[in-house]
Amino acid sequence: MQNFIKNLAQENDFQATRLLKILRGVQTKYLHIPKDAIEQLAELLNIPRTQIQNVVEFYSFFHLQPRGQYDILISSSITDLMVGQEELVNYFAEKLGLKIGEVRADGVVSLNNTSCTGMCDQSLAGLVNGYAITKLTKSRIDEIVENVNKQLPLEQWSRDLFDVQDNIIKSDLLLNQKPTQGEAINATFARGLMETLNEVEKSGLRGRGGAGYTTAWKWKFCHEENAIQRYIVCNADEGEPGTFKDRVLLNSYADSVFEGMTVAAAIIGATQGFIYLRGEYLHLYEKLEGILQARRNANLLGKNILQHGFDFDIEICLGAGAYICGEESALIESLEGKAGIPRNRPPYPVVSGYLNKPTSVNNVETFLAAANIAIHGGEWFANLGTAKSKGTKILSISGDCAKAGIYEYPFGTTIQTILNDCGASDVLGVQVGGPSGTFIANDEFERKIAFEDLATGGSFIVFNNSRNILDIVHNFSHFFAHESCGFCTPCRVGTSLLKKQVDKIVEGHGSAGDIVALEELCQLIKNYSHCGLGQTAANPVLTTLERYPELYQSMLKKISYEPGFDLDKSLETARRMAHRDDAHAHLAQVED
Amino acid sequence: MSKTIVIDGKVIPFEDGQTIIQAATAAGVYIPHLCHNPKFTPHGSCKLCTVKVNGRNCSACTFPASEGQNITNISEELNDDREKITQMLFVEGNHFCPSCEKTGNCNLQAVAYHLGMTDNHFPHFFENREVDASHPDVMIDHNRCIFCTLCVRASQQEDGKNVFAISGRGIEKRLVVNSPSGLLRDSDLDVNDCAAHICPTGAILIKRTGYNVPIGQRIFDHAHIDTVALAAEGASHDE
Ligand SMILES: Cc1cc2nc3c(=O)[nH]c(=O)nc-3n(C[C@H](O)[C@H](O)[C@H](O)COP(=O)(O)O)c2cc1C
Ligand code: SF4
Ligand code: SF4
Ligand code: FES
Ligand code: FES
Repeated sequence: MQNFIKNLAQENDFQATRLLKILRGVQTKYLHIPKDAIEQLAELLNIPRTQIQNVVEFYSFFHLQPRGQYDILISSSITDLMVGQEELVNYFAEKLGLKIGEVRADGVVSLNNTSCTGMCDQSLAGLVNGYAITKLTKSRIDEIVENVNKQLPLEQWSRDLFDVQDNIIKSDLLLNQKPTQGEAINATFARGLMETLNEVEKSGLRGRGGAGYTTAWKWKFCHEENAIQRYIVCNADEGEPGTFKDRVLLNSYADSVFEGMTVAAAIIGATQGFIYLRGEYLHLYEKLEGILQARRNANLLGKNILQHGFDFDIEICLGAGAYICGEESALIESLEGKAGIPRNRPPYPVVSGYLNKPTSVNNVETFLAAANIAIHGGEWFANLGTAKSKGTKILSISGDCAKAGIYEYPFGTTIQTILNDCGASDVLGVQVGGPSGTFIANDEFERKIAFEDLATGGSFIVFNNSRNILDIVHNFSHFFAHESCGFCTPCRVGTSLLKKQVDKIVEGHGSAGDIVALEELCQLIKNYSHCGLGQTAANPVLTTLERYPELYQSMLKKISYEPGFDLDKSLETARRMAHRDDAHAHLAQVED
Repeated sequence: MSKTIVIDGKVIPFEDGQTIIQAATAAGVYIPHLCHNPKFTPHGSCKLCTVKVNGRNCSACTFPASEGQNITNISEELNDDREKITQMLFVEGNHFCPSCEKTGNCNLQAVAYHLGMTDNHFPHFFENREVDASHPDVMIDHNRCIFCTLCVRASQQEDGKNVFAISGRGIEKRLVVNSPSGLLRDSDLDVNDCAAHICPTGAILIKRTGYNVPIGQRIFDHAHIDTVALAAEGASHDE
């Protein structure tokens, strides 16, 4: 092992910033991160062992205890639950002969749930040793179980299991473009860098990652910072459940995205770029490496790009299972080889980002739009959309509809139009913007996709009338509690309390005071949390409580107070020790 | 003319580079806090120091003071919410103050009193946490750790060591010790290190000293945390 680790560290120039990449290598080889590896790496990278320990414990895809040779994870997003995730996972576990979360006794296989893997248009989805598997049915599960039991190498599994479809259903302004390589770069230099920045400003382009900050301003601030080194980062963490458009853009529009990064780098004066690719998109890694290499060969990256006297290159960094790493400052921490904990602001990343240098973090779709704006000019883009939201938005549509997939719409399009297009009927409501967004009811479908009305990073999940709203809230609350980074009190403790409080109500143990307590807790988490995760973690409850108060009320018992813990359950240990199970060894929650 | 901010109607001068809490403390205004200590770089994690800056919630220990800020520090809403945040810390760990050596000297307890906290409000987590008594002179009772990172920062910034760190994600967070075994005994912590004495709760304790000062004669038995904090931290700002 010593040699393996030494070589791995050497391949990564003994850089602590590459810690995630190194640990990925160790995890793949030894199925966990052995203690000795941590000790050795601490020496080789010259960082405290506790930093490595923290990284291993922080990211879901690193483990201190060995996983199976085939480590299988099943997405537990709401869209997966809607196609019977629970039943299928239980079936899977039974066929494999293990319990969910465990490694089989022979060490060959392990199975667990994981947060949304970005395949909501081809649920049930999962990962085998990090590689995406889709459309799982009982027969596909049987096939996997057989492969595992035969210990067939992954390369020999049927390619069909790993098939990931783009499902582009409606193209508009951006998805219709197929620019030639270098077109945006040449247009940018022909027009002039600051002139191109002006065009981006004129286009009205706002960030597509959710927050909607004006892209041109971000680049301008970054450019104006006095620094020798600046960085450009493409945020491809795409962790918001129900979002998968960046996956498709990187699969089929990667050249344009890289070109957008190159244009941005030229404008702000960066020579190094990163693309932070969520670990769940490992299946895209080699393809993207190949495209980057082809671009280097064509002098679209590297030294003196297309003779414009400008150097720039892009490195792909893989995440390791942490939704919070989509938050830009947490992402930067992760790029630096640390746990993804959001930084204090100010300073903002445009002033002090990666390695404390000015850094512009932008979403994949933002770069795609910028590349095309560099070619066609700002007006071309600004002609579409609304007053405050220019251009188009690419949506990831999933859930109860006939055609799940990618849809591009001018901003200002109504929810009803979208529902008609995707073939949704008998609709109960739509989750716009993912769990951190808004749940809208079926009397609100004239509302519009726009920053000034319904803002969304792209997630659009449709629910029909057969669905139970509280199941949705339950799933989302568990998601946030699982993904909270734990840095600040209101989110760390609050999301766990919220999960328990929602469970209590959903399981029918709620009583009169519990709705008030629920709302009070939500406000606390929302108003006091450190970053966007905590600030939006209560949205599933808040947006549904506002619309369906009677639904919550109907779940309450007709008593005034129900304790937070289960009286009878807490006596279980005592019963076991006393070998008793008679009536007197049980307690009712309330006196009759 | 020096620059000023306004806190609860009071005009307070500040210098560029000062955080809101630094300016407030220097002017004798107490803002409740737990993870802040003026000696170390601010952390901004406990959120007890939240104030309203021109209507927006900000952490006073990390947010820079700047001209034109109208700040609310004392209001019923802020006080209630700070109390609830403190209650969150109480239910997350296992704080049985009457049997804790730190009682009366504990900032968590004192802040709770200051905020008028009389119960824990939220359901308890009852998490099983361990005690590390391996070190000859210092012990860690993980039941009382609130993840403020003061020991982490003190070890790095004052002791020039790296004895402590916080590890893990979300509610699974825990304090870890930088030693091959993970035990305090095998770390390079010395009983005289600042890190051994900085803990605002009873999570890091010096052995055999717990009852040197009898209950009744302890720091917060006779003074409120606002007076104590201003006296201690106001002085250290001037250093
Ligand atoms: C919890 C959290 C998760 C986020 N996840 C993503 C993400 O997956 N992709 C993304 O582009 N932005 C994400 N963001 C927003 C980023 O912080 C940042 O605003 C964005 O990358 C900026 O790019 P833009 O200006 O192009 O939108 C997230 C924010 C938060 C608070
Ligand atoms: S709000 Fe949640 S995710 Fe954000 S810093 Fe706080 S604990 Fe971490
Ligand atoms: S041990 Fe004490 S000082 Fe260290 S993080 Fe925990 S509460 Fe803070
Ligand atoms: S004192 Fe400011 S966040 Fe803890
Ligand atoms: S009194 Fe013991 S932790 Fe506060």
